[in-house]
Amino acid sequence: LSAWRRTRMADEAPFQFLHNEVIQYIYTSAENGETENGRHIATLENMGFRVGQGLMERLTKDAARFKDELDIMKFVCKDFWTCVFKKQIDNLRTNHQGIYVLQDNKFRLLSQLSAGKQYLEHAPKYLAFTCGLVRGALSNLGVKSIVTAEVSIMPACKFQIMIQKM
Amino acid sequence: MAVCIAVIAKENYPLYIRSVPTQNELKFHYTVHTSLDVVEEKISAVGKSLGDQRELYLGLLYPTEDYKVYGYVTNSKVKFVIVVDSSNTSLRDNEIRSMFRKLHNSFTDVMCNPFHSPGNTIQSKAFDGIVSGMMVQTASTV
Repeated sequence: LSAWRRTRMADEAPFQFLHNEVIQYIYTSAENGETENGRHIATLENMGFRVGQGLMERLTKDAARFKDELDIMKFVCKDFWTCVFKKQIDNLRTNHQGIYVLQDNKFRLLSQLSAGKQYLEHAPKYLAFTCGLVRGALSNLGVKSIVTAEVSIMPACKFQIMIQKM
Repeated sequence: MAVCIAVIAKENYPLYIRSVPTQNELKFHYTVHTSLDVVEEKISAVGKSLGDQRELYLGLLYPTEDYKVYGYVTNSKVKFVIVVDSSNTSLRDNEIRSMFRKLHNSFTDVMCNPFHSPGNTIQSKAFDGIVSGMMVQTASTV
Protein backbone atom coordinates (compact mmCIF):
# COMPACT_ATOMS: atom_id res chain seq x y z
CA LEU A 1 0.00 0.00 0.00
CA SER A 2 2.93 2.33 0.49
CA ALA A 3 3.32 2.19 -3.27
CA TRP A 4 0.16 4.28 -3.58
CA ARG A 5 1.91 7.19 -1.97
CA ARG A 6 4.85 7.03 -4.31
CA THR A 7 2.88 6.84 -7.53
CA ARG A 8 0.91 9.94 -6.76
CA MET A 9 2.99 12.19 -8.98
CA ALA A 10 4.73 9.89 -11.43
CA ASP A 11 2.44 8.27 -13.98
CA GLU A 12 -1.23 7.75 -14.36
CA ALA A 13 -0.94 4.24 -15.71
CA PRO A 14 0.64 2.54 -12.66
CA PHE A 15 -2.06 4.01 -10.43
CA GLN A 16 -4.85 2.86 -12.73
CA PHE A 17 -3.38 -0.62 -13.03
CA LEU A 18 -2.91 -0.88 -9.30
CA HIS A 19 -6.43 0.40 -8.67
CA ASN A 20 -7.93 -2.17 -11.02
CA GLU A 21 -5.85 -4.97 -9.54
CA VAL A 22 -6.90 -4.07 -6.01
CA ILE A 23 -10.55 -4.26 -7.06
CA GLN A 24 -9.96 -7.64 -8.72
CA TYR A 25 -8.11 -8.92 -5.69
CA ILE A 26 -10.79 -7.91 -3.26
CA TYR A 27 -13.52 -9.54 -5.29
CA THR A 28 -11.72 -12.77 -6.14
CA SER A 29 -10.33 -13.34 -2.67
CA ALA A 30 -13.81 -13.32 -1.17
CA GLU A 31 -14.47 -16.58 0.62
CA ASN A 32 -17.00 -19.08 -0.69
CA GLY A 33 -17.60 -16.98 -3.74
CA GLU A 34 -20.12 -14.92 -1.76
CA THR A 35 -21.12 -11.82 -3.54
CA GLU A 36 -21.04 -9.53 -0.55
CA ASN A 37 -20.81 -6.51 -2.72
CA GLY A 38 -21.48 -4.08 0.07
CA ARG A 39 -18.57 -5.25 2.15
CA HIS A 40 -16.12 -5.07 -0.76
CA ILE A 41 -17.26 -1.60 -1.61
CA ALA A 42 -16.75 -0.61 2.03
CA THR A 43 -13.23 -2.09 2.02
CA LEU A 44 -12.32 -0.10 -1.07
CA GLU A 45 -13.83 3.03 0.38
CA ASN A 46 -11.87 2.65 3.59
CA MET A 47 -8.63 2.20 1.69
CA GLY A 48 -9.36 5.37 -0.17
CA PHE A 49 -10.11 7.11 3.10
CA ARG A 50 -6.67 6.39 4.56
CA VAL A 51 -4.89 7.38 1.37
CA GLY A 52 -6.94 10.57 1.19
CA GLN A 53 -5.87 11.57 4.69
CA GLY A 54 -2.18 11.17 3.97
CA LEU A 55 -2.40 12.75 0.54
CA MET A 56 -4.21 15.81 1.85
CA GLU A 57 -1.59 16.25 4.56
CA ARG A 58 1.09 16.29 1.90
CA LEU A 59 -0.74 18.59 -0.47
CA THR A 60 -1.70 21.19 2.10
CA LYS A 61 1.75 21.30 3.62
CA ASP A 62 2.76 24.31 1.60
CA ALA A 63 -0.64 25.83 1.00
CA ALA A 64 -2.02 28.88 2.73
CA ARG A 65 -4.70 28.40 5.38
CA PHE A 66 -8.20 27.79 3.99
CA LYS A 67 -10.71 30.57 4.44
CA ASP A 68 -13.91 28.53 4.51
CA GLU A 69 -15.65 25.37 3.36
CA LEU A 70 -16.03 26.55 -0.21
CA ASP A 71 -12.31 27.25 -0.32
CA ILE A 72 -11.68 23.67 0.73
CA MET A 73 -14.04 22.29 -1.93
CA LYS A 74 -12.35 24.35 -4.62
CA PHE A 75 -9.02 22.97 -3.50
CA VAL A 76 -10.39 19.43 -3.82
CA CYS A 77 -11.71 20.18 -7.31
CA LYS A 78 -8.53 21.75 -8.56
CA ASP A 79 -5.30 20.84 -6.82
CA PHE A 80 -6.36 17.56 -5.28
CA TRP A 81 -8.08 16.23 -8.40
CA THR A 82 -5.17 17.33 -10.57
CA CYS A 83 -2.71 15.56 -8.33
CA VAL A 84 -4.55 12.25 -8.46
CA PHE A 85 -6.23 12.32 -11.88
CA LYS A 86 -4.17 14.85 -13.81
CA LYS A 87 -7.19 16.99 -14.53
CA GLN A 88 -9.60 19.22 -12.65
CA ILE A 89 -13.21 18.65 -11.80
CA ASP A 90 -15.29 19.96 -14.69
CA ASN A 91 -18.18 21.37 -12.72
CA LEU A 92 -18.83 22.16 -9.07
CA ARG A 93 -22.34 22.87 -7.84
CA THR A 94 -23.57 23.53 -4.35
CA ASN A 95 -26.76 24.41 -2.61
CA HIS A 96 -24.74 26.45 -0.10
CA GLN A 97 -26.18 24.29 2.61
CA GLY A 98 -23.56 21.59 2.81
CA ILE A 99 -24.23 19.64 -0.38
CA TYR A 100 -21.70 19.74 -3.20
CA VAL A 101 -21.83 17.94 -6.51
CA LEU A 102 -18.56 17.43 -8.35
CA GLN A 103 -18.87 16.51 -11.97
CA ASP A 104 -16.08 14.84 -13.88
CA ASN A 105 -16.95 14.39 -17.54
CA LYS A 106 -14.10 12.05 -18.26
CA PHE A 107 -13.29 10.27 -15.04
CA ARG A 108 -9.91 8.63 -15.48
CA LEU A 109 -10.70 5.45 -13.63
CA LEU A 110 -13.77 4.82 -15.78
CA SER A 111 -12.47 5.89 -19.17
CA GLN A 112 -10.89 2.50 -19.84
CA LEU A 113 -14.00 0.68 -18.76
CA SER A 114 -16.55 1.79 -21.30
CA ALA A 115 -17.82 4.75 -23.30
CA GLY A 116 -21.48 4.50 -22.59
CA LYS A 117 -23.75 2.20 -20.71
CA GLN A 118 -21.86 -1.04 -21.08
CA TYR A 119 -20.62 -2.47 -17.75
CA LEU A 120 -22.64 0.15 -15.88
CA GLU A 121 -23.36 -2.35 -13.11
CA HIS A 122 -19.63 -2.60 -12.39
CA ALA A 123 -19.08 1.12 -12.14
CA PRO A 124 -19.66 1.37 -8.37
CA LYS A 125 -16.61 -0.80 -7.70
CA TYR A 126 -14.47 1.65 -9.60
CA LEU A 127 -15.85 4.64 -7.78
CA ALA A 128 -15.65 3.36 -4.21
CA PHE A 129 -11.97 4.08 -3.71
CA THR A 130 -12.30 7.62 -4.99
CA CYS A 131 -15.29 8.29 -2.75
CA GLY A 132 -13.16 7.23 0.18
CA LEU A 133 -10.30 9.35 -1.09
CA VAL A 134 -12.43 12.48 -1.01
CA ARG A 135 -13.94 11.60 2.36
CA GLY A 136 -10.48 11.00 3.84
CA ALA A 137 -9.09 14.19 2.40
CA LEU A 138 -11.94 16.25 3.84
CA SER A 139 -11.76 14.48 7.18
CA ASN A 140 -8.12 15.44 7.52
CA LEU A 141 -9.14 19.07 7.18
CA GLY A 142 -11.72 18.64 9.91
CA VAL A 143 -14.70 18.27 7.59
CA LYS A 144 -16.91 15.27 8.21
CA SER A 145 -18.81 14.12 5.17
CA ILE A 146 -20.58 11.37 3.30
CA VAL A 147 -19.40 10.91 -0.27
CA THR A 148 -21.35 9.00 -2.89
CA ALA A 149 -20.98 8.69 -6.61
CA GLU A 150 -23.37 8.17 -9.44
CA VAL A 151 -22.82 7.45 -13.07
CA SER A 152 -25.27 7.09 -15.92
CA ILE A 153 -23.12 7.36 -19.01
CA MET A 154 -19.45 6.52 -18.69
CA PRO A 155 -16.89 7.96 -18.41
CA ALA A 156 -18.76 10.91 -16.93
CA CYS A 157 -19.69 10.69 -13.26
CA LYS A 158 -20.81 12.81 -10.36
CA PHE A 159 -19.55 12.77 -6.81
CA GLN A 160 -21.92 14.02 -4.21
CA ILE A 161 -20.52 15.31 -0.94
CA MET A 162 -22.81 15.83 2.03
CA ILE A 163 -21.15 17.77 4.81
CA GLN A 164 -22.08 16.47 8.23
CA LYS A 165 -22.45 19.19 10.79
CA MET A 166 -20.83 17.91 13.97
CA MET B 1 17.23 24.61 20.48
CA ALA B 2 14.02 23.72 22.22
CA VAL B 3 13.42 22.44 25.70
CA CYS B 4 10.08 20.97 24.76
CA ILE B 5 8.35 20.04 21.51
CA ALA B 6 4.76 18.88 21.22
CA VAL B 7 2.37 17.83 18.49
CA ILE B 8 -1.31 18.21 19.32
CA ALA B 9 -4.14 16.64 17.35
CA LYS B 10 -7.05 18.67 16.10
CA GLU B 11 -9.15 17.30 18.95
CA ASN B 12 -6.60 18.85 21.30
CA TYR B 13 -4.94 15.76 22.72
CA PRO B 14 -1.19 15.21 22.44
CA LEU B 15 0.10 13.04 19.63
CA TYR B 16 3.67 13.53 20.69
CA ILE B 17 5.38 15.39 23.47
CA ARG B 18 9.04 15.39 24.27
CA SER B 19 10.89 17.52 26.75
CA VAL B 20 14.33 17.87 28.14
CA PRO B 21 14.58 15.64 31.22
CA THR B 22 14.31 17.82 34.30
CA GLN B 23 12.88 17.40 37.75
CA ASN B 24 9.51 18.70 36.81
CA GLU B 25 8.63 17.61 33.28
CA LEU B 26 4.96 18.00 34.05
CA LYS B 27 5.36 21.76 33.96
CA PHE B 28 6.15 21.52 30.25
CA HIS B 29 3.00 19.51 29.69
CA TYR B 30 1.11 22.22 31.54
CA THR B 31 2.76 24.99 29.54
CA VAL B 32 1.84 23.30 26.27
CA HIS B 33 -1.70 22.75 27.49
CA THR B 34 -2.22 26.39 28.41
CA SER B 35 -0.70 27.50 25.13
CA LEU B 36 -3.57 25.77 23.32
CA ASP B 37 -5.93 28.54 24.43
CA VAL B 38 -3.66 31.12 22.87
CA VAL B 39 -3.54 29.07 19.68
CA GLU B 40 -7.34 29.00 19.52
CA GLU B 41 -7.44 32.76 20.02
CA LYS B 42 -4.95 33.38 17.27
CA ILE B 43 -6.72 31.12 14.80
CA SER B 44 -10.08 32.75 15.34
CA ALA B 45 -8.47 36.17 15.10
CA VAL B 46 -7.07 35.28 11.69
CA GLY B 47 -10.58 34.93 10.34
CA LYS B 48 -11.40 38.49 11.24
CA SER B 49 -8.20 40.24 10.19
CA LEU B 50 -8.93 40.89 6.56
CA GLY B 51 -7.47 37.90 4.82
CA ASP B 52 -3.78 38.71 5.05
CA GLN B 53 -2.46 36.43 7.75
CA ARG B 54 -2.97 33.08 6.10
CA GLU B 55 0.31 31.72 7.26
CA LEU B 56 0.62 28.54 9.19
CA TYR B 57 3.23 29.94 11.58
CA LEU B 58 1.65 31.68 14.55
CA GLY B 59 4.73 33.18 16.10
CA LEU B 60 5.34 33.79 19.77
CA LEU B 61 2.30 32.64 21.69
CA TYR B 62 3.27 33.94 25.08
CA PRO B 63 6.37 34.45 27.17
CA THR B 64 6.64 33.19 30.72
CA GLU B 65 9.36 34.02 33.20
CA ASP B 66 11.64 31.27 32.05
CA TYR B 67 10.31 30.23 28.69
CA LYS B 68 8.96 31.41 25.38
CA VAL B 69 6.29 29.40 23.60
CA TYR B 70 5.85 29.36 19.81
CA GLY B 71 3.00 27.89 17.83
CA TYR B 72 2.19 26.62 14.33
CA VAL B 73 -1.04 25.14 13.02
CA THR B 74 -1.30 23.04 9.87
CA ASN B 75 -4.26 23.07 7.50
CA SER B 76 -5.28 19.79 9.02
CA LYS B 77 -5.66 21.58 12.37
CA VAL B 78 -2.72 19.81 13.95
CA LYS B 79 -0.75 22.07 16.23
CA PHE B 80 2.95 22.14 16.84
CA VAL B 81 4.26 23.83 19.96
CA ILE B 82 7.89 24.63 20.64
CA VAL B 83 9.08 25.83 24.04
CA VAL B 84 12.47 27.48 24.29
CA ASP B 85 14.43 28.86 27.18
CA SER B 86 13.99 32.61 27.61
CA SER B 87 17.67 33.05 28.21
CA ASN B 88 18.34 31.79 24.71
CA THR B 89 18.16 35.18 23.04
CA SER B 90 20.22 34.18 20.06
CA LEU B 91 17.36 32.11 18.66
CA ARG B 92 15.78 34.11 15.84
CA ASP B 93 12.33 34.03 14.33
CA ASN B 94 13.68 32.51 11.13
CA GLU B 95 15.24 29.65 12.99
CA ILE B 96 12.02 28.90 14.80
CA ARG B 97 10.15 28.98 11.49
CA SER B 98 12.57 26.51 9.98
CA MET B 99 12.21 24.23 13.00
CA PHE B 100 8.46 24.20 12.44
CA ARG B 101 8.99 23.53 8.74
CA LYS B 102 11.11 20.50 9.54
CA LEU B 103 8.53 19.27 12.02
CA HIS B 104 5.76 19.69 9.48
CA ASN B 105 7.71 17.83 6.80
CA SER B 106 8.48 14.97 9.14
CA PHE B 107 4.90 14.91 10.37
CA THR B 108 3.62 14.66 6.81
CA ASP B 109 5.86 11.66 6.27
CA VAL B 110 4.42 10.05 9.40
CA MET B 111 0.87 10.69 8.17
CA CYS B 112 1.64 8.99 4.87
CA ASN B 113 3.08 5.95 6.58
CA PRO B 114 0.54 3.18 6.06
CA PHE B 115 1.46 1.65 9.40
CA HIS B 116 0.48 4.77 11.24
CA SER B 117 -3.16 5.48 12.02
CA PRO B 118 -4.05 9.15 12.13
CA GLY B 119 -5.10 9.92 15.65
CA ASN B 120 -2.63 7.55 17.26
CA THR B 121 0.45 8.76 19.05
CA ILE B 122 3.47 9.19 16.84
CA GLN B 123 5.95 6.38 17.19
CA SER B 124 8.25 7.00 14.30
CA LYS B 125 12.01 6.76 14.73
CA ALA B 126 12.51 9.22 11.92
CA PHE B 127 10.30 11.74 13.66
CA ASP B 128 12.13 11.14 16.94
CA GLY B 129 15.38 11.82 15.13
CA ILE B 130 14.19 15.13 13.74
CA VAL B 131 12.96 16.21 17.14
CA SER B 132 16.19 15.15 18.86
CA GLY B 133 18.08 17.31 16.44
CA MET B 134 16.14 20.32 17.70
CA MET B 135 16.19 19.71 21.39
CA VAL B 136 18.71 21.04 23.82
CA GLN B 137 21.29 18.34 24.34
CA THR B 138 22.01 17.73 28.00
CA ALA B 139 24.81 15.60 29.35
CA SER B 140 22.43 13.03 30.75
CA THR B 141 20.48 12.34 27.55
CA VAL B 142 21.41 9.18 25.70
